[in-house]
Amino acid sequence: MKAVVTIMPKQSVLDPQGAAVAQAMQHHGLGGVGKVRVGKSIEIELPEGASETTLHELCRDLLSNPVIEDYTLAIQG
Amino acid sequence: MKFAVLQFPGSNCDQDVIQALRTFEGTSADYVWHKTTSLADFDAVVVPGGFSYGDYLRCGAIARFSPIMGAVKEFAANGGTVLGICNGFQILCESGLLPGALVRNRDLHFICEHVNLRVESSDSRFTSKAKAGEVLNIPIAHGEGCYFADEATIAELKANDQILVRYAGRNPNGSLDAIAGIRNRAGNVFGLMPHPERACDPLLGSADGRVIFESLLS
Repeated sequence: MKAVVTIMPKQSVLDPQGAAVAQAMQHHGLGGVGKVRVGKSIEIELPEGASETTLHELCRDLLSNPVIEDYTLAIQG
Repeated sequence: MKFAVLQFPGSNCDQDVIQALRTFEGTSADYVWHKTTSLADFDAVVVPGGFSYGDYLRCGAIARFSPIMGAVKEFAANGGTVLGICNGFQILCESGLLPGALVRNRDLHFICEHVNLRVESSDSRFTSKAKAGEVLNIPIAHGEGCYFADEATIAELKANDQILVRYAGRNPNGSLDAIAGIRNRAGNVFGLMPHPERACDPLLGSADGRVIFESLLS
């Protein structure tokens, strides 16, 4: 069983890293770039029988900070 | 007053805190390794600055689950004094002992400079010896010091007088409402991004940080 957790900063949080990346894209040659937000993706090889509830707890308590981030959890297999 | 100064892998301001504390009469200060599970015999806990766990995942996110934090939570729940400085503030927010979170500085730079802080309230054990409106010159050194909380939380912090220090003049990191440090509702936990332990000796440029420790000792 494998899980992939995607964590993005909340829309309400200033993402200066995203703004810097947007600017770099312009320098790279792509004009007209709008908002860019940078998050993270965490891949986890799960133990047998790991419950979805436990995984969501993990996402809320450790992998993301609900004050500033939203997460999505995808479980495969 | 017996101070416990926590050490996580990557903490690097623990020695400065111990050194600063030992310049005050009537104090003793001891290192407490993060794997310890008891804070018995201590009167106050300081969570120092640094880069605990390399700031991996998020600043303070992993330290929050260190064995010592169970004891810190219990200590705080029983009204014990807890002071979090810089990474310590981040750890306290991650662990839910303080509301909100610290994110990347608005301008993306790591800022290392003396700033002016305005004491917003002297109605706390951490600022009782200071005057509301007083300006303290204290150094900051951080890349993720921008304080964030949702509107409701900010409103609550204001309503309950929980914002103890704000950046005066220029806001160096984009913190909402120029918040530099807050206390919890009960008033026994205080977190701030600036380093008062680095402003305890005029030789270092400012001794304005002493008032925070003097308040605790009074």
